[in-house]
Amino acid sequence: MPTVSYVAFDGTETIVTGFAGDSVMETAVRNGVPGIVAECGGSLSCATCHVFLCAESAGLFPPKLDLEDDMLDGTAVDREDNSRLSCQLKLTDDVSVHVQTPETQV
Amino acid sequence: MGDTTAAPRLGTLIIGNCQAGVQLASTLRELGDTDPITLVGEEPHAPYQRPPLSKAFLKGEATADSLAFRTHDFYREHSIDLVPRERIFRIVRNADGGVATAESGRTFAFARLALTTGAAPRTIPFEGSELEGVSYLRTATEATVLEQQLREARNVVVVGGGFIGLEVAAGARAAGKNVTVLEAAPRLVGRAVSEQTSEFYLQAHRRRGIRVVLNAQVVRFVGEHDRVTGVELGPRDGDGSGEIVAADVVLIGVGVVPRTELAVQLGLEVDNGIVVDARALASDGLTVAAGDCANMPNPSIGDFGVGRIRLESVQNAVEQAKVAAATLLGLPAEHRTVPWFWSDQADLKLQIAGLSGGHDRVVLRGEPDSEKFSVLYYRGGRLIAADCINSPLDFMAVKNALHKGLSVPADVATDTTVPLKKLLAAVETADAGRAVPAPAAVDLAPPAVPVPAGSPAA
Repeated sequence: MPTVSYVAFDGTETIVTGFAGDSVMETAVRNGVPGIVAECGGSLSCATCHVFLCAESAGLFPPKLDLEDDMLDGTAVDREDNSRLSCQLKLTDDVSVHVQTPETQV
Repeated sequence: MGDTTAAPRLGTLIIGNCQAGVQLASTLRELGDTDPITLVGEEPHAPYQRPPLSKAFLKGEATADSLAFRTHDFYREHSIDLVPRERIFRIVRNADGGVATAESGRTFAFARLALTTGAAPRTIPFEGSELEGVSYLRTATEATVLEQQLREARNVVVVGGGFIGLEVAAGARAAGKNVTVLEAAPRLVGRAVSEQTSEFYLQAHRRRGIRVVLNAQVVRFVGEHDRVTGVELGPRDGDGSGEIVAADVVLIGVGVVPRTELAVQLGLEVDNGIVVDARALASDGLTVAAGDCANMPNPSIGDFGVGRIRLESVQNAVEQAKVAAATLLGLPAEHRTVPWFWSDQADLKLQIAGLSGGHDRVVLRGEPDSEKFSVLYYRGGRLIAADCINSPLDFMAVKNALHKGLSVPADVATDTTVPLKKLLAAVETADAGRAVPAPAAVDLAPPAVPVPAGSPAA
């Protein structure tokens, strides 16, 4: 099963076992991982599930589409080269994903 | 049991297992509350997201399970007692808190009480409303039925041209159905957006093949063998009368009414929702309320109107629930996010930032016929809100601007060759040194009245 490591702004790490097909956002929210808000539930409307995708996990997901790219332009903490909206990162079997969450999402 | 047995420790009872209820419970735990928390609600499901019910759910792409906010493990690990299928109908307050009674007879004693009772669809007693195929949409149970009916339907009629109705209509049309939207008012989504945005949606949905009838008067639903077959319309100007629009499925989406029956029974002040103060406290100074059922002061309104508003949105439910949780624990609360809304209607993505009430100027940015434009609302020369259609960059720029208390001059906002973000930044630079206050980030005063009985600070 896939696992996701969420490292918060203060360095606290939360590791969650997820399910293939679920997103990195859904996996966080359902398990109450702090640092990801996701008000719109994954419909690419709010940009409050912003994460920084660690380099070793970058190859696990398809590149972002234009809409995600546009939404990342308005995140509460400014985007970096490795910024993604975690609702767009779908887990696949047995992957091990590492992300950092920003100081704030709103 | 003898007199020496300690009474069970009472905690918080949250009535309404919905977005606001889950958030309130979660925030209580985040803030360190270790007392029992019970989250009770009428529906059979664990709390789930409602917005997809009129969108992905009807396409068969979601279920109540897939839309659940939290896993069952989360509730267990956080000692949040989730109680579905219980409808509270009576609450009695006493010196220690009170007792709520469900229709099943089960009782819930509490020290602190939160009402996140939400809203119910506004119903209109049209003749023929009991026919099979006529429905409202608020719950996953209703959405499950509607999804099955839509799959087999050929002719779909939506009564009400608001967000829910148009989302369902757009989805049904995209699935190849004959779709008619009947709106009683002269324009679509009249309650929430400007005339320009209404006109855009009228044209956009007509381009996609939806028949939209404005100023429509529904007389009754007609049917055969207890199944709906059509909607009879009243006479219209320049039109015949008594037209019957064929329908296998009729969805009525004419707004919601806040669920205030328990608040009324408790003697709380109710006026378009449960009237609460900036800390989410109702008129008894003890009970908190949050979400669709609450009418609360909102810093984004500024000096417009009476300063309070009842909103129906995810952002509002989350924000108010956080404030309510802090208040229950006697902690200061901060109402800090900008109201925002979204509506996905087929391939049309609407994002609204801010509250446009009281606007005195509307500026169009972009060309509506391109299906990518924004409507910016101003009051007293200041940007207060925007409807952004297929324009996420504009939406994010406006939302962030409102959060930071910035604006953009109306006369330059029409220039679509320059990103709004840049124009907003320019204003920020020009205003630098003038210490522009940020109206959307207001620190709420610490409690001025006694905190609720039984809270840790009491």
